[in-house]
Amino acid sequence: MASTDINVGTHTHDDHHHDHHDDHHEELNFFTKYVFSQDHKIIARQFLVTGVLWAVIGVAFSVLFRLQLGWPDESFPILETLLGGWAEGGKLDPEFYYALVTMHGTIMVFFVLTAGLSGTFSNLLIPLQIGARDMASPFMNMLSYWFFFIAGVIMLISLFIQTGPASGGWTAYPPLSALPTASSGSGLGMTLWLASMSMFVVSSLLGGLNYVATILNMRTKGMTMMRLPLTIWAFFFTAVLGVLSFPVLLSACILLIFDRHMGTSFYLSDIWIQGELLTNSAGEIIEGGSPILYQHLFWFLGHPEVYIVILPAMGIVSHVMATNAKKPVFGYHAMVYSIMAITVLGFLVWAHHMFLSGMNPFAGSVFTLFTLLIAVPSAVKVFNWITTLWKGNINFTPAMMFSIGFVSLFISGGLTGIVLGNPALDIGYHDTYYVIAHFHIVMAMAAGFGMFAGIYHWFPKLFNGRMMNANMAYLHFWVTFIGSYCIFWPMHYLGEAGVPRRYFSFSEFDFANGFADLNIFISVAAIVVFFAQFLFIINFFYSIFAGKKMEKLNPWGSNSLEWTTPIVPGHGNWVGKIPEVFRWPYDFSKDGHEITPQTTSEKDLEDIPAVKRIPTR
Amino acid sequence: MAEYYYSKIHPKKFALWLGLGSIIMMFAGLTSAYIVRQAAGDWVFYKIPEVFTYSTIVIVLSSLMMILSIRAAKQGNKSLHRLGLLGTILFGFVFTLLQFRGWDQLTEIGVRLTGNPSGSFLYLISGIHLAHLLGGILVLLIVFIKSLIKKDPVKEILETSNPDRFLGLELASTYWHFVGVLWIYLFCFFYYNTI
Repeated sequence: MASTDINVGTHTHDDHHHDHHDDHHEELNFFTKYVFSQDHKIIARQFLVTGVLWAVIGVAFSVLFRLQLGWPDESFPILETLLGGWAEGGKLDPEFYYALVTMHGTIMVFFVLTAGLSGTFSNLLIPLQIGARDMASPFMNMLSYWFFFIAGVIMLISLFIQTGPASGGWTAYPPLSALPTASSGSGLGMTLWLASMSMFVVSSLLGGLNYVATILNMRTKGMTMMRLPLTIWAFFFTAVLGVLSFPVLLSACILLIFDRHMGTSFYLSDIWIQGELLTNSAGEIIEGGSPILYQHLFWFLGHPEVYIVILPAMGIVSHVMATNAKKPVFGYHAMVYSIMAITVLGFLVWAHHMFLSGMNPFAGSVFTLFTLLIAVPSAVKVFNWITTLWKGNINFTPAMMFSIGFVSLFISGGLTGIVLGNPALDIGYHDTYYVIAHFHIVMAMAAGFGMFAGIYHWFPKLFNGRMMNANMAYLHFWVTFIGSYCIFWPMHYLGEAGVPRRYFSFSEFDFANGFADLNIFISVAAIVVFFAQFLFIINFFYSIFAGKKMEKLNPWGSNSLEWTTPIVPGHGNWVGKIPEVFRWPYDFSKDGHEITPQTTSEKDLEDIPAVKRIPTR
Repeated sequence: MAEYYYSKIHPKKFALWLGLGSIIMMFAGLTSAYIVRQAAGDWVFYKIPEVFTYSTIVIVLSSLMMILSIRAAKQGNKSLHRLGLLGTILFGFVFTLLQFRGWDQLTEIGVRLTGNPSGSFLYLISGIHLAHLLGGILVLLIVFIKSLIKKDPVKEILETSNPDRFLGLELASTYWHFVGVLWIYLFCFFYYNTI
């Protein structure tokens, strides 16, 4: 990559700033530097490493239940060694199967793709890319991580209790979640789940408030909103979504806790157990509640949650793609407005998860309308990604590979969303493997690819200028990319045949037996992809300590501000003044320069002749 | 705290307003759940106890005290500032006691936490509001104790040039007024949705 780096003295501004913490020489011991740190870069690392560890647990769980689904009649003695009483004779206990499915969902959605993705990159990139020394409130930022940590510890404890973790699905619908006696996981496991999620909500709120306040108020001179990298726009709207929707989940959880422990009946009504009406501790019949109320409250968070997961990935992909295609992002304004549209519409579609819960058909058609409308901004984004690549001077870095993979997965998974958004079709597809295929491709896999792209791209900034091994990364990409399609594509066929999700075994049903071989195929693919992730894990942890040091300050030829900091930035990010910004971050291949950093003023451009003309294609 | 180029409002104040937005979302969720559940029928109507009217008056008085206190602080009248804070906190405690009395009266007329959801919602929503208010009292207590500590006179003179010297007080006051207004909304909500 022969880039013509423009090394001009970065402009700084001191007329409006009186920075007290230009030089941080406070004495830091190990605990204040790496554990209870208020430095956004360290907090980003904490989120990332915690997220990666949770990802290993969450994905390992999926392998365990894929073993059951692929080979329902086999027994695996190793399972008994690993899980003890949960897999007696090497066969998973059905109760534990549900616990695994529930925990897989909870861990992946909240701990990995919310905290691990948005937590890591919002923390790392917001101050670095807008030109701020730290967050609006570094202390709140630290609390945000530690609340997440406590949430994680509580969830981890729930994995090891005798009655097992929560097992009513990651959505925790009542009555399974509201009646401690409903299943073994509905007892202590569910209580711990609720405690953990409440801590998680607090963590997300503290983080989100900080991100929004920082982006709006702490940009450096010249960094107008329309000069922000698309990553920052994505994190901004992600935080807005979180700040407005997580409190509603907390409300739902509080009502659920009262139903469980105080004898109220917000979600419960006329529950018959073995021919007798359920009563509370005072001996009164529990009546008058509505489980659908919970579904409304839950999905008011739950749907925005999928955008909380996917928007940061979209932002990362947009940025990585423009940087490595050495082309301006196509339709920057359209990208910003489409994120905005997705955010607004994201709040108006929650009930499409509930078409089969019973709802006024008119309400159903309104929710269908908004759901299908989301396809418009999504399609705008896809179009712009592809046109950004079009005739680009592409460097196929690992981050770029994962970004392109993201677009592929987002298209494949997004199209089935249009099918599921129609109530008439959803009647057939609801609670089948079609839904699993849809949301795993469009949300889980795509967001995962966005996360990988982000890690490979910003690894040098995260870990003291060290790089990850590219060859291992390429191998990791190809196995994961092909493997993901092998796992989830066949699930569409299962779903179209009506194979229901959440079932322990299908061997009792003739129509599903025809898919036994397909299920084995899916399980084998899942196991291969699982082990391929160790290519990443080994690369990741090895590179933290012994990765190759980057040779120049700006390894990918990026225009944005984070690469103007020293290789190992201290707390405060820039030595001396914060650089001033003169342009948007996507001036690639302009006037004969491959890159034109945001800190280049018009005057600098005149001073420096075009060293190398980009050949016109 | 440095000044920021595009900042028209202190970032921490802005973060607080955002936080208030998320508290609003929480109560919007709860009160809309109330409305949806009420519309579904099987709903026991009752009269909201009179005590809640008094507690509403008390919370307004407490907010007035807060305004008095912050004005005194900006005029440099320290004793009035402390007195105002103390009044705010005391009215806050009175409000708390009145809320407990209100729950007692609810129980006396047969509306219990575990009965029909119409009662459960009132207990729960007013309880969550009270939790937010107690958090406010805690913050006010910290501000009050800080105002009692005697400062080094040199530092005090230096402090007068700090534009953010009332930041903590202003944050506490914004939150306190918000909790008050939130209760007035909840009171009106219950008043018009009960008998």
